[in-house]
Amino acid sequence: MRYISEFRDRALAENLASRIAQEVQPERAYYFMEFCGGHTHAIFRYGVQDLMPPNVHFVHGPGCPVCVLPVRRLDDAIELAEKYNVILCTYGDMMRVPGTGRRSLIKAKADGADIRMVYSTLDALNIARANPDKEVVFFAIGFETTTPPTAVAIKMAQAEGLANFTVFCNHVLTPAAIGHILDSPDFAPDGPAQVDGFLGPSHVSAVIGSHPYEAAAEKYQKPVVIAGFEPLDVMQSVLMLVRQVNQGRAEVENQYTRVVTRQGNRKAQALVAEVLELRDSFEWRGLGAVQNSALQIRNIFAEYDAEKRFAVSEKQSREVKSCECPSVLRGVMKPTDCKLFGTVCTPDNPMGACMVSSEGACAAYWSYGRKRAPQDAA
Amino acid sequence: MCLAIPAKVISIEPDDRAVVTVENVRKRISTALLDQVTIGDYLLIHVGYALHKLSEEEAAHTLSLMAEAGILQDELDEISGEPLCAT
Ligand code: SF4
Repeated sequence: MRYISEFRDRALAENLASRIAQEVQPERAYYFMEFCGGHTHAIFRYGVQDLMPPNVHFVHGPGCPVCVLPVRRLDDAIELAEKYNVILCTYGDMMRVPGTGRRSLIKAKADGADIRMVYSTLDALNIARANPDKEVVFFAIGFETTTPPTAVAIKMAQAEGLANFTVFCNHVLTPAAIGHILDSPDFAPDGPAQVDGFLGPSHVSAVIGSHPYEAAAEKYQKPVVIAGFEPLDVMQSVLMLVRQVNQGRAEVENQYTRVVTRQGNRKAQALVAEVLELRDSFEWRGLGAVQNSALQIRNIFAEYDAEKRFAVSEKQSREVKSCECPSVLRGVMKPTDCKLFGTVCTPDNPMGACMVSSEGACAAYWSYGRKRAPQDAA
Repeated sequence: MCLAIPAKVISIEPDDRAVVTVENVRKRISTALLDQVTIGDYLLIHVGYALHKLSEEEAAHTLSLMAEAGILQDELDEISGEPLCAT
């Protein structure tokens, strides 16, 4: 229980931990998937697992936007930067992810490609305004939180007639991924992996609301609790999940009422719907092709679509050999099951996306799990 | 990349922009995703856009939870750091 001293609200955390311990039924095991990397991070940083009774387990999900982007799309982005001599703008987390042959954006940049890290799509627009003689491509990734900013940027570019700005759109959808996981044979009742409920995403749900998870909760009979990112939020959400499982309920509940409503941000949803539409199918690292799980730019905004302006070549993209990111993202392997973990693969020398992103499960295991070992020994 | 930080609006600018402040950091952000933003509002900021309006109490509660979780400074660095792309 030593990690609990890091909580300022120690009494509340202890209280929640003992409530969970009292309410779990000793004869059953509880497996909860935290969809978001932000939750994985909170669980590790605070040793929330250590505060749980032994029969409550966390299964790490695919909710790290950098981690789920398939290698092929990263290779395509590198090709755009190198072959077409564009200025490629991207969120910082993407820079170090290894593509095929361990080539990353940062290596392409070192070799002379003009690749720039941005905090916001607003910065990418500024770069386009300042460089009218260059093509500027925004490499858009992320779940539903980062999607509205991409849609707004496209609308702003259109309103200003910013002809040198395009978006390479890789936005993906959370509810589709949850459904896909539950449909996979890994999680079938007699499959190798188990999940009894979900800690639902925080800020994704601020945008889309809690209602999009209702269909999955009902169809698969799995409870979903939308959980804030702070450790106390996570613990309270676990208690809510334990209660649902005990009572045989499978509902969408909202722990994160400070920010999330059932309907979400309607204006943001309308902007996204105006600019983007569903893709029939999109490849996710780890999950493979998932139907209706991603967005593409609508035809009426085709001039801002990098996929229409620039042709990328067919390529044989592949992960670094032996990297188990795909299984880690499906929740069927732990990072420590990967033979490269902590030996060949570390945050300074990442072999896969899950070790690069601070939201990746491998990075969380490395940062917090390994730090814990010597303390335990001491 | 999934985190967001509450900040207070200190001025409103044309074209759906506003300047917000949090812990002495100032940032120009977009309010295009919200209706009717006024000076004094608390907004949840993510990648330069306001996603949601909060009450003052909710904002203070969220900031104290973030401080407690040790993620407040990282977020402040991210929003205040000069973008490397500054041109
Ligand atoms: S430890 Fe490294 S190589 Fe292994 S799965 Fe994680 S990212 Fe891939």
